[in-house]
Amino acid sequence: MARLEIGQIIAVLKEKLPEAVSEEVLDGVDPVIVVKAEQWAAVAELCRDDSRLGFDLLSCITGVDYPEREEGAEIEVIYNLDSTANLHELTVKVKLPRSDPRVASVEGTWATADWHERETYDLVGVIFEGHHNLVRILCADDWVGHPLRKDYEPPDSFHGIKNVIY
Amino acid sequence: MTEIENRNPDPLTKNVVLMTAVDDIINATRANSVWPLTFGLACCAIEMMATGAAKYDLDRFGSGPFRGTPRQSDLMVVAGTVTHKMAPRVKRLYDQMPEPKYVIAMGGCVIRGGPYVKHGYHVVKGVDLVIPVDVYIPGCPPRPEALLEGIFKVQKLMKREKILDRTRRTTKPEVYQPV
Amino acid sequence: MTEAKIRTEEMLLNMGPQHPSTHGVFRVVVRTDGELILESQSHIGYLHRCFEKCAEGNNYLQVVPYTDRMDYLCAMMNNWGYAASIEKLTGIEVPERAEYIRVIVAELNRVASHLLAFGTYGLDIGAITPFLYAFRDRERILKIFEKLCGQRLNYSYVRIGGVTFDMTDEILSDIEAFCDYFDPKIIDEYDNLLSYNGIFISRTANVGVIPADLAISYGVTGPSLRGSGVPRDLRRDAPYGIYDRLEFDVPVGSGEMGQVGDCWDRYMVRMREMRQSIRLVRQAIKDIPDGPFCDKKAFRGVKPKAGETYKKVEGARGEVGFYVVSDGTNIPYRVKARAPSFCNISILDKLTSMSDVMLADLVAIIGSLDIVLGEVDR
Ligand code: SF4
Repeated sequence: MARLEIGQIIAVLKEKLPEAVSEEVLDGVDPVIVVKAEQWAAVAELCRDDSRLGFDLLSCITGVDYPEREEGAEIEVIYNLDSTANLHELTVKVKLPRSDPRVASVEGTWATADWHERETYDLVGVIFEGHHNLVRILCADDWVGHPLRKDYEPPDSFHGIKNVIY
Repeated sequence: MTEIENRNPDPLTKNVVLMTAVDDIINATRANSVWPLTFGLACCAIEMMATGAAKYDLDRFGSGPFRGTPRQSDLMVVAGTVTHKMAPRVKRLYDQMPEPKYVIAMGGCVIRGGPYVKHGYHVVKGVDLVIPVDVYIPGCPPRPEALLEGIFKVQKLMKREKILDRTRRTTKPEVYQPV
Repeated sequence: MTEAKIRTEEMLLNMGPQHPSTHGVFRVVVRTDGELILESQSHIGYLHRCFEKCAEGNNYLQVVPYTDRMDYLCAMMNNWGYAASIEKLTGIEVPERAEYIRVIVAELNRVASHLLAFGTYGLDIGAITPFLYAFRDRERILKIFEKLCGQRLNYSYVRIGGVTFDMTDEILSDIEAFCDYFDPKIIDEYDNLLSYNGIFISRTANVGVIPADLAISYGVTGPSLRGSGVPRDLRRDAPYGIYDRLEFDVPVGSGEMGQVGDCWDRYMVRMREMRQSIRLVRQAIKDIPDGPFCDKKAFRGVKPKAGETYKKVEGARGEVGFYVVSDGTNIPYRVKARAPSFCNISILDKLTSMSDVMLADLVAIIGSLDIVLGEVDR
C-alpha cells in the first residue's frame, strides 16, 4: 500500500479500462480526470477494488450546471474519492448533456452514494440510473424544479405561504 | 373595597369584581409557571438550551420545564429557521397547544428569513406567515439575555389575560391553512 | 389464555421532526414489533436553508457567515474549511500567526462542541446532570470567543487570508487559564460522572455496533469512524495549517466495554479527543509567533482565476469539505459543502435493519452519532 501520484493512478485505470478516461486535466488546482458516462460504473468498481488504488471512501458528489457552454449545455457530476489506507485522492468528473443528464448510480459500490445521489438529483436534477429510491431528499416532496440549475426561478408561493423576495 | 373599585372603574361592570380578582390570581400563577415547548430548529435553539442550562438558568423566572409535547405547554419558542417542509408541522404543533398560548419568534430567520431572505428558496420568510406571533426577538442568534427579556414580555402579556375575553385571539391575523 | 393467542402486530411509528432527542428536526419512521425495530426510514430536509444557492448569490467574502450556520456547533472549523478552499484556489498565503490562532480557536471550538455532545448525550440517555455541567464549562469557552470576536455561536472569525481580529495577550492568558482549569480535573470529573457510570455503560455498550468497513462505505468520518477503530484523522493524514508541527494522538475505539464500534466507543473517542485538543492548544500558545494576523488585501475581496478545487478539514463531526468552482468573477460559480453529519446519519437505516435495535436504543444511536441538523440539510 502506498500513496500514488496522479500519473500512476491514471496508468492503473488505463491498464484495466483503456477507453474509460476521456480527458485529463492536470494543470488545474486539483488534477481531474474526466470519465465517459457509460464507463463510470466500471471505473468506480475498479477504483474501489484494485488494491493499488483502494478508493474506499466516496467523500462528495457535486453536480454543476453549465447552461452556456460552447460545446452544448452540460451538467458535470464530480466525484471526490479518497483512500483511507493509501491516503491518496482522486477527482473524477462525468460530463452529461443538460437536456437528459443520466449516469449510472454507484450506490452499490459505495453505500454513501445513496444519499449523495438523491441530493444531486434533488438540487441539480441529475438522474442516476439504477438507484433504488431516487426521490427528493432535501426539498419538500412536491417541490417543483431543481434549485441549483442556473435558470431556476423560486415559486411565488408554496402551499399558500407567500415566498416574499425582498 | 375602595381598592377593588379602583381596579375596576367601569361603572357598567362594577359588579363583576369577583371576576377581576380571579383573573389576577389565574394570571399570576400562569405567568409564573410558563412551560415552553422544546422546539429547537436551528442555531438559535442552542442559545435557547444555553438559556435553560447552568449559567442563565431560566428556572429562576418560573419557566424551567421545557416540555416535549405541545399539549402540556403554553409557550412556543420558535427558535431557528422555518422551512417550507417544516411549516405544516409548525402549524400543527401550534394547533395542538391548549389555549391560552403564546408564541415567541426568536432570531432573524423566524422574523423575516434572516440571512436567507434573498436566496433561500426553501425558507419561510417569517413564521408569522404560518402562525400568529406575540413577541419577536431579533438577533442572529439573540443572546440568552434577550430570550429572557422576551419571556418577561410574554409574562406581561399573560398578566393582561381575561378569562372571559377571547378577543385577543380572534383579532389575530388570518393565518394560513396547510393544503 | 395461552401465550400463543396473544396477537402481536407490527406498528409504524413516527419520531420527529419535533422530538427532543433527535437533536433538531430529524424525522425517522420506524416499523416496530413490540420494542424491537424491524426497519427504519430517515427523512431529512426540514432545515434545508439553501446554503449552496446563497453561496452562488454572494461574493466570496460574504459566504463566510453562511458557513457558520451550517454546523453551528463548530463554526470555526467550517469557516476554516471554506477559507482554506478559497486560499487553495487563489494561492493566498496565510500569515504564520494566523495559522496558530486558527489552531487555537478551532481546537477550543472542538472542545465546546464535544462538550455539547457529551451533555446532550447524557440527556438522551436520561442523565440530566451532565448537561448542566457541560454547559457550565462551555460557557467559559464561549466567553473567551465573545471577547475575541463578539459572537457566542456564529463567529465568522476565520476568514479568507487570516482571522478577523488579533489574539491579545489577555485572551491568550484567559485560554491558558481555561486549559489549566479544564484538563485534567474537569475531564476526570466527567469520566466519573458519566463515562464509567454503570447504567450509562449498560445503555451504550454493545449498542449500535458499526463495523469499520461498513462505516467507511457509508462515508462515516470523524469521531464516529474512529470509534469503529479506524485511525483516520485529517489533521494527521492530510495535514493542513500547522498541524504537522504539533504533537497529538488520535484516539480510537477499542471495544473496552463491549464491541469495537459501539455507542460507548464513539462517545469515549470524543471524551479523549478533548484532552488532545487541550494539548494542541497548549502547544500552539507556547510557540505562537508575532506578526500580522491577516492578509489585508484578501480581506478587501478575492477574485480567483477560473478553476475548481476540493479542500477538506477535520471538523468536530468529521470531514468538512468544500468543492468550489470559480469562473473568474468575485462570485463563486458553485460551492458544494460536504457535511460530515449528512453522511454519518445515513448509516442509521442500515444499522436498524442489520441488527436487533430496541426503540430506546435508537435514541442512544442517534445521540452517539452526534448530528447537527443544520449541517445535514444545509
Ligand atoms: S437567526 Fe441566525 S442564529 Fe438564528 S436560526 Fe437563523 S441563522 Fe441561525
